[in-house]
Parts: sequence; structure tokens; C-alpha cells
Amino acid sequence: MKLLFEFIIFPGFIFTAILGMLVSWIDRKVTARIQWRQGPPLLQPYYDLEKLLIKETIIPENANALIFLISPLIAIISTTIVSLIIWKTIFNPQSLFIGDLIVVIYLLALTPIAVILGASASGNPIASLAASREMKLFMSYELPFIFSILVPVIKAHSIKLGEIIIYQQSTGMIFNSISGILASAIFLITIHAKLGLVPFDIAEAETELAGGVFIEYSGTPLALHKLNRIMLLFVVPVFAVILFLGGMHPFYTGILKYLVVVVLIILIKNTNPRLRIDQAIKFFWRSCTMLSILAIILAIKGF
Amino acid sequence: MNIKTLTRSLWAFHVCCSPCNNCDIEILDTLTPRYDLERFGIQLVGSIRHADILLVSGVVNKKNVSRLKRIYEQAPKPILVVAIGNCACSEILFRNSYNACGPVDKIIPVDAYVPGCPPKPEAMIMGIVKLINTLHDKK
Repeated sequence: MKLLFEFIIFPGFIFTAILGMLVSWIDRKVTARIQWRQGPPLLQPYYDLEKLLIKETIIPENANALIFLISPLIAIISTTIVSLIIWKTIFNPQSLFIGDLIVVIYLLALTPIAVILGASASGNPIASLAASREMKLFMSYELPFIFSILVPVIKAHSIKLGEIIIYQQSTGMIFNSISGILASAIFLITIHAKLGLVPFDIAEAETELAGGVFIEYSGTPLALHKLNRIMLLFVVPVFAVILFLGGMHPFYTGILKYLVVVVLIILIKNTNPRLRIDQAIKFFWRSCTMLSILAIILAIKGF
Repeated sequence: MNIKTLTRSLWAFHVCCSPCNNCDIEILDTLTPRYDLERFGIQLVGSIRHADILLVSGVVNKKNVSRLKRIYEQAPKPILVVAIGNCACSEILFRNSYNACGPVDKIIPVDAYVPGCPPKPEAMIMGIVKLINTLHDKK
């Protein structure tokens, strides 16, 4: 019963969705201010989702209806569990099991897989093209993503999120060392690709692929996909704060660190054009992977 | 159907039915930061499945009449249609052309007309605001 409450209401679904909408509004508002305009009202992300819920849901004729409809659910459930693990660790660093970091990495990988499944099941040629791009992108950013997470693991000698937070509270945050700076920069870039934001939104590409992976989605499944993106936008920067910036304690500085990460992400998003898929793969496999290996070597040497 | 829910976040999809591209450029102008339609929750979307409002411009001819019908059928209901420009409203000097298939409202139901050749961005915003207001009054 307590677990159900935690899953649905407090650190789980509703809490993440509401704060995610707030972060999404911050994203759109900052984007608007950068472009020298007013931007949407505070409740705009909520209005969008509410509208999508009353729209008709169309299932394409040659789609696999079951996978098409179940993939947004897979994505949203995995994101909810990530949020649950991360917030439980923040409130009580000792509360969870050893290896929760690995569970978080795997659950974060489920969202792109669900998106790929849904796009391939929709039976649309553009969606399948977008799914292949998403797959390539996923395979290219996952390696530097995991390598950059290895740096805090090596420093704290633990694969438990709580121990990483406790280590940083006692000896200062991981961002204070050379390897930490390198790893957090790479982490920031890879979560950009994970969130599907502009330099790496190759799979969605409104202008060339007309919505890409979501092209056949309408109504409630589209709302769930959008909600999943919004929740990821909230959860993944918190994960970055835990790994590299010393957790959310005390709460004011925690919020401040979180906002710095989010605004940095928004600024990168607004000042970069979209890359081609081959450029993105080259970027991740050459420079990012090399730099993350360098960061790991530095971390082992103790810098 | 709650019309207020729909009109608070209208996602626009742009349908060109062989226009001279003048109206299209004005539609793109309307979506630029200068007029900032995101204040009202209006966004341009790439896929017809996400659309709430169709902006139809140009004279519908024999070649694209079936496509216009198909796009309208593909859109998830409820959907609003706005005819942008004189051609889409009443196909002015192309009326007796061998190729024209009648103005847009003969083919699909139209909710608002924005005349002009081309209509200014202000005129389009005013048309959409009037459409939203009449929808609220009707309810």
C-alpha cells in the first residue's frame, strides 16, 4: 500500500508529472525570452496535455495496435520508477539496495527502446526512418553516457546512489576535480541526446521528418509520449545533480544547482542547429568517448 | 466536447492547395517570434495527426482535391479549418478556370475565412481570435 502510494503520488507519477510540467514551462519561457518574445502562460504544458486527452485516437490501418499503444506506457512506467528511485535516495541515502545506479541506467535506456518500438509498429515509412535514426543515436550516446557515470563510481567506490551522495557530502562534490569536470560535461551532452533536445533531436526533426517517431501518434498515446518527455526533462537533471554536484542537500542550494543544470541545457538547446545523424555518431563515438575514457583514467589516477 | 480545452492549445497544420506561396509566406510570418503566437498556445506541427487547426491556402484544383479530402479525414477530430486568402475563400479570378474545383468550403467544412491577397499576419491572428470567441459563444 505504501509502495503504491509512493509509486502513484508522492515521489512517483503525479509529483514528477506536475514538476515536469513546471520545468517544461521554464524551458519554453526561457526559449521565448532568448528569442525576445513573451512565451506561453504558466499552465500551457497542462493545457496541451489536457487537449490531447480529448482528441480522437487514431490507430493506423497497417499498424500493430498492441505494441503501438503499449509503448508509451512502457516509457512512462520506466520513467516513473527512475523518479521513485532517485527521490527516495535523496530523502534517505541509505534506504535503497546496492546497484540501484545500474537499475537507473537500464530504466533510462527503456524510453528510447519504447519509442523505437512504437515508431516501428506504426507502419509509417517516415516513422521507420526516424526509428532507425533513434536507434543509431541511442547506440552512439549510450557508451559515453555510461563511461561518464563511471567517474563518480570510481571516486566513491560504490554503485549505490546513496553512497555517492554521502561520499560527496563528506569530501566535496565530484565536479571539483578535473575528471569530474570532464565527465559532467560529457554527461550534459549525452543527456541532451537522451532527452531528444535540439542539437540531437534528429529522430523527431519536425522540418524533415514531420514529427518523426511520433508521426502517427494522436490523442492519448501522444499525450503519454509528451508527458514522458516532460518527466524525463525533470528527472534526468536531478540525476546529474546527484552524480556530479553533490545531491540536493541542503534544499535551497539543491534547487539552485538543479536550475543551473536546466538553464544550461536550455541554452545549449537554443544556440545550436540540428546535426545530421552521421555527424552526431562521429561526435559521440570519437570525441565524447575518447574524452570520457580520459576522464576515467584521470579518476583512477586520483585527479 | 469541451471547446475551451481545445482552443487553449491550438496546434496548427499548414495545407497548401496550389497557392502562389504569398499566403504561405504570410502564414510563416505569423509564426515568427515577432507575433509570438505561443502566447496563446498556438504551435506549428509537422504531422497531420497532431493538428487541431488546418490552415488551407490556395485554389483547390483537380489534382489536389482528393489530397485535401484525405488530409481532412486523416486529422483526429475535433478539428477546425481556416481558409487563408481570397483564393481559398472564394477563388476570385480562378472561378471559371477549367481546373478549379470550387472554394475550400465546397470540399471540407470551413470554420473561419481570412480574406486578403495575401492577408496580413494581424488579419490572420484576428481571424483566429474571432473564431475562438464565436466557438465560446456558441457553447
